Amino acid sequence: MSALARIAARDLARAYAGGGVLLPLIFFLLVATLFPFAVGPDARLLAATGGGALWMAALLAALLPVDRLLAPDAEAGVLDQLALRGISEEAVALAKLAAHWLAFGPPLLIAALPAAALLKLDGATLARLEMGLALGTPGLAALTLMTSALTLGLRGAGALAGLVMLPLAVPILIFGAGSLGAADNGGLKLLAAASLILVALAPFAAGAALRAGRE
Amino acid sequence: MTAAGGAARLEFDRVACLRGHRLLFEGLSFALGPGEAALVTGPNGTGKSSLLRLAAGLLAPAAGAIRREGAIALADERHALDPRLPLGRALAFWAAIDGRGADAVAAALDTTGLAAIAEVPVRMLSTGQARRAGLARLIAGGAAIWLLDEPGNGLDAASLDRLAGAMAAHRAGGGIVLAASHQPLGLADAQAIGLAP
Repeated sequence: MSALARIAARDLARAYAGGGVLLPLIFFLLVATLFPFAVGPDARLLAATGGGALWMAALLAALLPVDRLLAPDAEAGVLDQLALRGISEEAVALAKLAAHWLAFGPPLLIAALPAAALLKLDGATLARLEMGLALGTPGLAALTLMTSALTLGLRGAGALAGLVMLPLAVPILIFGAGSLGAADNGGLKLLAAASLILVALAPFAAGAALRAGRE
Repeated sequence: MTAAGGAARLEFDRVACLRGHRLLFEGLSFALGPGEAALVTGPNGTGKSSLLRLAAGLLAPAAGAIRREGAIALADERHALDPRLPLGRALAFWAAIDGRGADAVAAALDTTGLAAIAEVPVRMLSTGQARRAGLARLIAGGAAIWLLDEPGNGLDAASLDRLAGAMAAHRAGGGIVLAASHQPLGLADAQAIGLAP
């Protein structure tokens, strides 16, 4: 197993053992539970707005792990020890991105099933939602990682992270929620493209931020 | 014991260190070859830790050049071990990244006197045990150049003796030790690098 696979496996084990996986999930389901209370129990209204609400919930759920993704490793000296071994910051960021998506994406796809039931989404909408989340969560995970690296070591990083990350997530949100409406409006393709750009950018942006933040 | 392939070397050539618009030191030159050691001394805030981070390549020098041949290992106050895992498995993660086997971890635990608590989670370790765990990670890594930042902090007399023994064995095997410390570490004929405020 290569060093990168080991780093990813360690991160994944930490996320599942440390409960880091559950927090975004519970948050996501909580939003799905609360939304009908806010707009009322009308099934047609819920079905029409529920998909968009779930995309908002997914976006905010992606923001939750931002202060736990890199900060513990930076404080414990793990990132320095990896750098000492000649493993580039970009490679570390790539391994962390893979591990973070595995701890965030698939559980969210599963949680979307009960959430869709709570919001009375029909089968076709649910299928498009799941497809969209499968394509969009890598992009959200990449955004979380970049934001985490950029705000690493700052006081009040959590609040600042929201301000940095949420505007950048606009394409994901537009194309994700947009793909729910008509059957074949190209929303999923644009979502996949936006997600791909973020994923391709993340290791380099996060790696550069980690290097610049080292003192 | 450890130094892997080729002669280890660590060389500072008129190095200056600038931290936050403050010049910590400049014109610092020294060279360490196989089996040699240096002890960095100086009051707090004169750049001892920065010197070690420069040697590790984690900081860039403001001027001058640093040359190193051989793998580098750093032990500072952060042991970089997973707090949730048992000590043995936390060490095994780094040993695997360093391409070392389970026997290297067992030997390092033995050297640092931690073999009896290999199954204890890292977060339960005392201050001194955590320091020794960091040293065990360094020893298990098998790097040729050891950078030790206050390795004696929190160690009892017996552990200090073990540390001195480990450093002597490392040097006998062609390794290099660069240590920053306020206390004598039992480094025989080490170069003295004094940093002044």
